[in-house]
Amino acid sequence: MGEKVQRREDPRLLTGNGRYLDDLGRGALQAAFVRSPHAHARIVDIDIADAWELDGVEAIYTWEDLPGRVAEPLPVLIPHPAMTHARTGYCLARDEVNHVGEAVVMVVARDRYVAEDACARITVQYDTLPAVVGVARARDGDRLVHDDVPGNVAANLRQEVGDVDTAMAAAPHTLTLELAIERSACMPMEGKGVFARWDADDGSLRLYSSTQTSTGVRAAVAAKLELPLAKVEVVTPDVGGGFGVKIVHPWPEEVLVPWAARNLGRDVKWTEDRREHFVSSAHERGQLQEVTVGFDDDGRLLALDVHFWHDNGAYTPYGIIVPIITATQLLGPYKPGAYRVEFWSLYTNTVLVTPYRGAGRPQGCYAMERTMDAIAEHRGLDRAEVRSRNFIQPDEMPWDHGLMFQDGRPLKYDSGDFPASLAKLKALVGWDDFAAYREQAAREGRRVGLGIGCYVEGTGVGPYEGGHVQVETSGRVNVATGLTTQGQGHQTILAQIVADELGVPFDDVHVTTGDTRRMAYAVGTFASRGAVMSGNAVALAARVVRAKALRIAAEALEVSPDDLDIADGVVSVKGAPGTSIALKTVAVMSNPLRYAFDASAAAATQFAGTFDPDTPPVGDDDEPGLEGQDFYSPTQATFANGMHAAVVETDPVTAEIRILRYCVVHDCGVMVNPMIVEGQVHGGVAQGVGGALYERMVYDEGGQLLNASFMDFLMPYASEVPHIETDHLETPSPLNPLGIKGAGEAGTIPVSAVIASAIEDAEGFPIRSMPISPAELWELRRRHAASDPHPVPVQEDPR
Amino acid sequence: MIPTSFDYVAPTSVDEALSVLAEAGDDAKVLAGGQSLLPILRMRLNAPEKVVDLGRIEALRGVRDGGDHIAIGAMTPYCDIVDDALVREHALLLAKAVETVADPQIRHRGTVGGALVHADPAGDVGAPVLALEATLVVVGPGGERTVAASEFFQDLFETSVGDGELLTEIRIPKHTGWGASYEKFVRVSHQWSIVAVAATVRLDGGSIAEARIGLTNMGSTPLRATAVEQALVGKGASDLAEACSAAAEGTNPPSDLNGDADYRRHLAGVLARRAVQKAMEG
Repeated sequence: MGEKVQRREDPRLLTGNGRYLDDLGRGALQAAFVRSPHAHARIVDIDIADAWELDGVEAIYTWEDLPGRVAEPLPVLIPHPAMTHARTGYCLARDEVNHVGEAVVMVVARDRYVAEDACARITVQYDTLPAVVGVARARDGDRLVHDDVPGNVAANLRQEVGDVDTAMAAAPHTLTLELAIERSACMPMEGKGVFARWDADDGSLRLYSSTQTSTGVRAAVAAKLELPLAKVEVVTPDVGGGFGVKIVHPWPEEVLVPWAARNLGRDVKWTEDRREHFVSSAHERGQLQEVTVGFDDDGRLLALDVHFWHDNGAYTPYGIIVPIITATQLLGPYKPGAYRVEFWSLYTNTVLVTPYRGAGRPQGCYAMERTMDAIAEHRGLDRAEVRSRNFIQPDEMPWDHGLMFQDGRPLKYDSGDFPASLAKLKALVGWDDFAAYREQAAREGRRVGLGIGCYVEGTGVGPYEGGHVQVETSGRVNVATGLTTQGQGHQTILAQIVADELGVPFDDVHVTTGDTRRMAYAVGTFASRGAVMSGNAVALAARVVRAKALRIAAEALEVSPDDLDIADGVVSVKGAPGTSIALKTVAVMSNPLRYAFDASAAAATQFAGTFDPDTPPVGDDDEPGLEGQDFYSPTQATFANGMHAAVVETDPVTAEIRILRYCVVHDCGVMVNPMIVEGQVHGGVAQGVGGALYERMVYDEGGQLLNASFMDFLMPYASEVPHIETDHLETPSPLNPLGIKGAGEAGTIPVSAVIASAIEDAEGFPIRSMPISPAELWELRRRHAASDPHPVPVQEDPR
Repeated sequence: MIPTSFDYVAPTSVDEALSVLAEAGDDAKVLAGGQSLLPILRMRLNAPEKVVDLGRIEALRGVRDGGDHIAIGAMTPYCDIVDDALVREHALLLAKAVETVADPQIRHRGTVGGALVHADPAGDVGAPVLALEATLVVVGPGGERTVAASEFFQDLFETSVGDGELLTEIRIPKHTGWGASYEKFVRVSHQWSIVAVAATVRLDGGSIAEARIGLTNMGSTPLRATAVEQALVGKGASDLAEACSAAAEGTNPPSDLNGDADYRRHLAGVLARRAVQKAMEG
């Protein structure tokens, strides 16, 4: 624990020895889908006759062909009382399509070539309907996505702490900000994928899915296919990134592929292509926000009143988790005074919206941090100082905001030292020296700005994760946890934890994730919960095994368990290292045997030693084997936090935006592996930079996604990601045995807020819409110059 | 994202390629590196019955000294251009432009001739070829003909290479000793040009004796800014802004997700001055 151990996954993954979904199922039939070309339409007719002519077509399915529960709408995964109008799609569209890319017909064929050729021969007739695109249009409510959902409102939720109206009326100063933030998407390198093997003799299904929750997929597919849970197992192979989109389940394909496999008695596989990922997976981020804030002369918050309108796309399978997180996590490290937040989650005829790394927090952080900058500007105060004056102080922890968080539990911060974090950040970026740097740059004709953003991130939400630890007689230690891994380094950090807890060499510990055959009870990988939940679960399981090992060894060595210690795989008497017994021998002793198959097994057979004839070989309260299982289930989320600052240069003539420096101070509690934490932060910042400067889903009025390819949807390359300077603060969480708080999403959350803050600082006019491109910044300059009675003369090109 | 099925032919000589094309008529597509064609096929925007791969015609590859010009085989990949001694000595502008194309993988696959015939106005080869007043060699059933670069680009994705014809060689008059720069405006490094300006100049003392300026993505074809070229004659390094500000005059640039026409016109003027200034530096 705490060491920068090299990731053990990397040699395998970096040398091309990963085993991803599409590497499986050679010889399986392959599926392809006819997807809607229209954003909103009624299906009039589907003609599949031509497709059947093709050699190699095995099956063609429309909604009409689906039986029983497969034909019913997909589940609403996370119901909420405020979600009065939840709507989900069908596995294959029934009568109506609600976004471009919705699956209408499934073809199963000899290979993907034939399957796609067959799709091209299928004709679907549509009656098109007016499309609802964009939050503003949805809010107008003059066009409806679902006829029976008035105003396109899936959910309306309001929370209030204190008396906002009174506090606002009494506030010496008030400001209102209208803000917008655009859609982006997870864009993992590997899209989704499903491979199903139906064993007709056994009546059982093995499903491989590129998912963030194998237990979730298992339960969902068993329910849809009306199979006993015991007859379904779900395995995640290597997964090439998830970032949120793969926590949604079951995707239509996760139901249809195994259903088709059972129907046809053949292995069936589907691998999502990039275009499908753009139009038939999920997006996130799109919101319009209106913030009204009341504050005193010193910039202290007295009242905060937030309304926002959240674009949830065509359906709500993942409920209103994203806007709930925005509404609650918006508060960051600050005391808001009286707080009221109300949101409307709105349907549009676009790809559905589910969590993407940060999951509603980037939007909330953006709203709060834009507000902080506006207050500083209004009062003529230093921006860091305004933030500092509103911080919750360390001696005020735990801090209960009086709101309900995304897990239905109180929004109560467990730990954090925000003044210390800010001090570290100011030192790291050179906050107090920036004015001199700006003046120097200005003399060179260059325009630079400094931005800042702070956030608190609820991580490690429940309900639980489990760990199973088993010591083999060879000394090998097998660890299983049910949540899945998408490249985070779980194999490394969970092995570090178990090696420490159990006292065995790191190299002896082998970790399995996301395989329902090894751990049937699990939730999934999301909300920066892997280290918090499974880290603590495997630690608890290792402690169970350790206690058992000590008990068995104590009997053998005729000492008290309290006098024993385990190190490097050997149990020895404290202060007498010569009196010892290897852990692998303890494993032999733990499992009394009748049959010998190797030397160590022979040592455990019934004639191998003396025994007490009056006691059974396995005691009444005991079990054979040196193994144990435990679960970690917290009462509430942990709360990590961080603060970022960036120095940005904007070209005075082209409006090109360059990030010169990017600084991160991060507190995720105890770090299991600081190198992996830094890697998570780096990756998160890279995605944040994408969201701030490049990524947006551009829909036209008809609901066509105009940039559904990597040629037009821009993401930052290594060349656009700045060098990231990091510093850490470790305030352990008091909530869990290891003191961990979670790090997965941290890097992403404040980046749009920070870059907006820096550009605003460089340009001298407010930035109220993100992401921002050079063309948009140039346009903003023109608009501000036109409305400025004393415009700054056009600057000469310094280059 | 799988193409419809097609026949694949890989001739080893230009004559063989021409006869395959003649036989296939409208149903054939030429594969000259494939960095644009393959995505088009995969997205089923085009479904030819036959794909004729020129990749095995050795004669179409390489750069040679043609006396008063250098001759570049149409199938020479970008990566071979960037460091070629003849190109750098006599057509530096082309090397500067080509080294900005996409990423190393694409520069190893994509070819100069393929890019010219594909004629995407956001591509980086057209503007320097135009500015360097190249002559393009086209062969067809009727034999060989040459086309001036100024006549080559007809419209969006359209050149004077007819059905059944092949571009075989690009002849660039030697611009020995000319300084050059390709100023490309992109948001991420591997992106197609939002706008780019290709500039090459010959100096006399400290001032410009001759200038050639090409514009990328300022219209449906690569363009040449002849008015700017003329206005630059006699100008020194500190005296470029006014001449260059006219770079966008008479152009009709596109508006898209990366910027509208106004912004592109503005960029063209800025980039032209930067390009000329850098070109003057070498």
